[in-house]
Amino acid sequence: MLDHAWLIPAIPAVMFWLILGFGKRLPGKGHELGIAGVGASFVLSCVAAVQWIGRSTDVTIGEGAHVEHVRKAVEHSTTWFDIGNVHIRVGTYIDGLSVALLVVVGLISLLVHVYSTAYMHDDRRYTHYFAALSLFTAGMLTLVSASSALQMLFGWEAMGVCSFMLIGHWWEEKENSNAALKAFLTTRTGDVGFLIGLSILFFANGQTFDVRVWNANALGGHVSHLVLLMGAIALMGAVVGKSAQFPLHTWLPDAMAGPTPVSALIHAATMVVAGVFLFSRLYGVFFTGFSIAAPGHGTFTVPAVIGGITIIIAALLAFVQDDIKKVLAYSTVSQLGYMVMALGVGAWTGAIFHLFTHAFFKACLFLGAGSVSHSGSHHSFDMKRDMGGLRKHMPITFATFGIASLALAGIFPLAGFWSKDDILVTAGHNGYELFMVVGLIGAFMTAAYMTRCVWLTFYGEPRGAAAEHHPHESPAAITAPLVILAFLSITAGWLNGFGFHYFGHWTTNETLVHALERVNLVEPRFSFPAAIISLAVAGSGILLAWLYFEKRALGPLQDLAARNALAARLKLVLVRKYYLDDLYEKVIVAGIAGPIARGAYWFNQTVIDGVVNGAGVGAKAAGHIVYDIIDQKVVDGAINGAGFTAEEGGTLLRIIQTGRVQQYAAALFGAAALFGLALVFFVGT
Amino acid sequence: MYLVEYLLLAAALFSIGVYGVLARKNGVLVLMSIELMLNAVNINLIAFGAFRGNAIGQVFALFVIAVAAAEVGVGMAIVLLIFRNRASVNLDEVDLMRG
Amino acid sequence: MNAFDHWALSGAVFIPILGAVLLAFVPKRLEVEIKAVALLTTVVTAGVGVYLLAHFDYDKTHQLQYAVDRSWIDVISSRYHIGLDGISLPMLALSMFISVLCIVYSWDHFPEPHNPKAFLILLLVLETGMNGTFVAQDLILFFVFFELVLLPMYFMIGVWGGPNRQYASIKFFLVTLFGSALMILSFLALYFKVTLPDGSHTFDIVKLASVHGAGIAHGAQLLIFGGLFIGFAIKVPMFPFHTWLPDAHTEAPTVGSVILAAILLKLGTYGFIRIAIPILPEAAKSWAPWIGVLAVIGIIYGALGCLAQRDMKRLIAFSSIAHMGFVMLGISTLTTYGINAAIFGMVAHGLITGMLFFLAGSIQERFHTRELDRLGGLLLQAPRMGWILGFCAMASLGLPGLAGFWGEFPAILSTYSPAVGLNLALFRTFMVIASIGTVLAAGYLLWMLQRVAFGTVKAEFEHEHIHDMHGPEYLAWTPILVLIVLLGVVPGIVFRVTDKPVQKVTVAHVEQRRSVVTGQTAVGQP
Repeated sequence: MLDHAWLIPAIPAVMFWLILGFGKRLPGKGHELGIAGVGASFVLSCVAAVQWIGRSTDVTIGEGAHVEHVRKAVEHSTTWFDIGNVHIRVGTYIDGLSVALLVVVGLISLLVHVYSTAYMHDDRRYTHYFAALSLFTAGMLTLVSASSALQMLFGWEAMGVCSFMLIGHWWEEKENSNAALKAFLTTRTGDVGFLIGLSILFFANGQTFDVRVWNANALGGHVSHLVLLMGAIALMGAVVGKSAQFPLHTWLPDAMAGPTPVSALIHAATMVVAGVFLFSRLYGVFFTGFSIAAPGHGTFTVPAVIGGITIIIAALLAFVQDDIKKVLAYSTVSQLGYMVMALGVGAWTGAIFHLFTHAFFKACLFLGAGSVSHSGSHHSFDMKRDMGGLRKHMPITFATFGIASLALAGIFPLAGFWSKDDILVTAGHNGYELFMVVGLIGAFMTAAYMTRCVWLTFYGEPRGAAAEHHPHESPAAITAPLVILAFLSITAGWLNGFGFHYFGHWTTNETLVHALERVNLVEPRFSFPAAIISLAVAGSGILLAWLYFEKRALGPLQDLAARNALAARLKLVLVRKYYLDDLYEKVIVAGIAGPIARGAYWFNQTVIDGVVNGAGVGAKAAGHIVYDIIDQKVVDGAINGAGFTAEEGGTLLRIIQTGRVQQYAAALFGAAALFGLALVFFVGT
Repeated sequence: MYLVEYLLLAAALFSIGVYGVLARKNGVLVLMSIELMLNAVNINLIAFGAFRGNAIGQVFALFVIAVAAAEVGVGMAIVLLIFRNRASVNLDEVDLMRG
Repeated sequence: MNAFDHWALSGAVFIPILGAVLLAFVPKRLEVEIKAVALLTTVVTAGVGVYLLAHFDYDKTHQLQYAVDRSWIDVISSRYHIGLDGISLPMLALSMFISVLCIVYSWDHFPEPHNPKAFLILLLVLETGMNGTFVAQDLILFFVFFELVLLPMYFMIGVWGGPNRQYASIKFFLVTLFGSALMILSFLALYFKVTLPDGSHTFDIVKLASVHGAGIAHGAQLLIFGGLFIGFAIKVPMFPFHTWLPDAHTEAPTVGSVILAAILLKLGTYGFIRIAIPILPEAAKSWAPWIGVLAVIGIIYGALGCLAQRDMKRLIAFSSIAHMGFVMLGISTLTTYGINAAIFGMVAHGLITGMLFFLAGSIQERFHTRELDRLGGLLLQAPRMGWILGFCAMASLGLPGLAGFWGEFPAILSTYSPAVGLNLALFRTFMVIASIGTVLAAGYLLWMLQRVAFGTVKAEFEHEHIHDMHGPEYLAWTPILVLIVLLGVVPGIVFRVTDKPVQKVTVAHVEQRRSVVTGQTAVGQP
């Protein structure tokens, strides 16, 4: 399967067209095609994973104590087209990273498909929905299996367009289509960096888009550092846009306008992790470009700073949200910040591992939230108004949501604990202590806001819709995926936990080993003190939140915003999302679409058109001058003058034209006589 | 016989004709005066022909007579039409060609 | 070369005008027959086109094929020299293809004042002009065809156009004619100034291009190029010569807009690639930064213009300015990538924007308005049209996998590494600005999509029956949509044809530098 990996993205892509063409005529209105396609991809991905794990570790890198045995990536490519004597190639590049993502994407997408059959049951655009899901999956699978950066752009943008379709799925309401536009445009803003980065690195690497070559050249020092830095900064723009990092994170919470399963898909397996994947796939470029963990490096790197800021600001925003999906959305932003920060401090394995575990518990949380709204709160997502006390009515949803929350909070021995721990330890080990602290603060906040979220949803007294309607457990198509995901939220971390290092070994690739070798890093192992600290931090977060909400303890903090002006001001800043949305929408977008565009158009209509029209009017005026003065007076004057002369002469001559024949005859004879005389006088003898 | 006698006769006839054309008001008389002038020319032609000893003069004279006949035909027709329209042949009243 | 090959290309050019002559003898009341004759004419022309495509030697795309070189106007040594190479081929094919679809589309919707006979005659004359321009290899011949196009379009806008048609048609005609005047001056200057190795003068494009403007002083070259530049730039249109375009597009009947966008604008860019750059490479290099500046201004400016529009068709017209900006940006780099991208961009823009104009026309026909404020909820009333609009918007904003991408991305790519001798920093600034232009493009196109297709139906149209796509629309649009996807996925179809002749064009500019900063070249390239 490793050799025929192109099938994995191709199947859902074909299904997209089949669903569009025939979906409506099928009994399941197309969902069977979608499920079959994604299911097949998932099975093939699993086969690929088994083959990958079974592949011999025949590439030996390093020497002495640092010797590493890694599996050789499987690369197949073919010429796509030729331009200017350069072959632009396309193909598959399968290594541990790809395999891990293929499996995750296939699984999450499959579960989302199954879940959607119940959740979207009576939707009026059911078929379109499944078609878009298939294309979405195909896009992500293309991205993770691509051998060329240009091909990655294809998957990348395909996801962009699918997210546009799915976020705006209910486009009758303006807010939804606004959210879709916002998502597309914001990520597209980041993609400016992608286009520029591709251009820079294409030429820097001797006109190729091959990712293996890019990484090898970057790590081998064949490309100048400045060029790499420029390329890395440009690509970072794409990562920031797609993975919703500060300052382009604002589209992600708005993207909640789409159907909930889509949110799960976007947040867990596709779309937003695409940025992180790009970062890790082209790690050689970023690693060298940003001098990550380089000898004598400073205390920070650009991606780490971006990731660190994102962790904190997004986590803070999660505290003031009433919409359960928005809490989860900000949580995703924050966790993506973790991954980007991890990559920024050299914790490659940790980042990928966190991506891997996060996919399970975040998908579980979103699908759980969907389940709550579907069967518990009558399609409302407002925790404060329409939820509360649902744990009794929805035991499965509650249990799975709780497990996933604990996993997200990083509680031993659930998945999130291991991956977060991996990141924090590596950050500390690589000398980025500051970011370890940021990570710990983030972990504390995560634990606290997730506790708030669980408490508001499942504990307390039922409010609003949860009280008025009859909450009940969701059908099996919804709960089954929840259970599977909850199970994985517990166990996925063990692949790299308890001192095992399977995940790390499986995903390690040549790029990473090269990087590690160069800076003489060692993959850190599990460390007890760090684990205790992070566990204590997460635990205290949960405890404090619990005390605050359930026990109404921490008196001085209760309703602080109502009593203290400064606190109220701070809360307002949070509620207004640091005014970033205002900046983007009211200043930048409104500025460009409003005064600037209108100004340009005014310029067009008045100045440029004015010149053209002016030229027209001027030509006409000149014409008038020529006609009225020159033509009519001068030229015509001459002609008329000739006419006048002729006429006046005629009038004079008229006098002798009496009409009397005899006078004519007299003249005739007179003249003849004169000629006769003249003849006699002058010619004569 | 001298040629000059014929020429004098022709000149006299021609002068009478010119006088008639210029002075008479009656259209018919003007036409007759034109005949006089033509015949004066004929006398000249014949006289010159006879003194030069060939027939060319007579040929021209015959030609002139033929033309004169045609001319009188057309002229009389015009005069007749004028008379019909105006009941007069006074040429002073006929100035249709005035500019 | 057999006899048919010899005549095929001339046939492709003149069959339409023969059809037009034939049409002139069909009585006006036989409408069906008139349409049938016109359609048949374009189909036969396209059939010849298919023959040309099929028998084209794709290994020698840089050579003129089906070439015919006969004496024409000996007095001014202008010859009837036509031929087809890889640069002409896609444009000729596009022109024939679009002409057929235009007649299919207008089958039973002739704009007021109806009169299909006159309309179709003009259309056929137009096709002769377009086809001829793309195959002409003699400057005078080129000029004749180039100008032949003006007249039918003038009448199309002036007779079948919207309320402000008089103004628009006259503006279109005069502005373009102004450019043509300078262009013919430059042609004459080329004739008198360029001396071939054998001492003779010529209007032959191939011969002129082979000497690269030898013997002309640099200053004179700049002036001659300037004349060509204005002539072609008006046609493209480039900022600031573009103002005829929005008016012409807005007022023109649907089919007129489609042809204008799909083919006529390409005459300008084609002129740059076929005439201006190969014949005067040195001057091209001096002019390139200015072309680049105007191109990026056009990209941003066109996008801003779009954002200020309330009229859907006018918006699409402004988007043409932005897209042609990308084409010109590619050309201004004078590199293989850039010019290949430009040709691809020409084809892609022809298909996509042509399609958008078709849609705008159909929407106007149904709602009797193009005002964005009054439209909405198209997806509810005519879902197929709505989705096609969405698809075209995506294609137009340069989504990878659809045709528009290959006109845009390689152009951006090429600006990173323009031809040797051009200012790197300047062109890289262009790269960044052009990339920002892609965001604006996404902005105005999706904004238009949102206003037209999403949301709910406005009250005034709520109870109106809006017919979704009908027969001629299916027939006319399906091939375009298929091509947009096909070219997007397999760009090699076009690049394979254009690559070699483009290399011939850029050969004067000593290919782009290999590796930009390091000495390392072509690492790991198999």
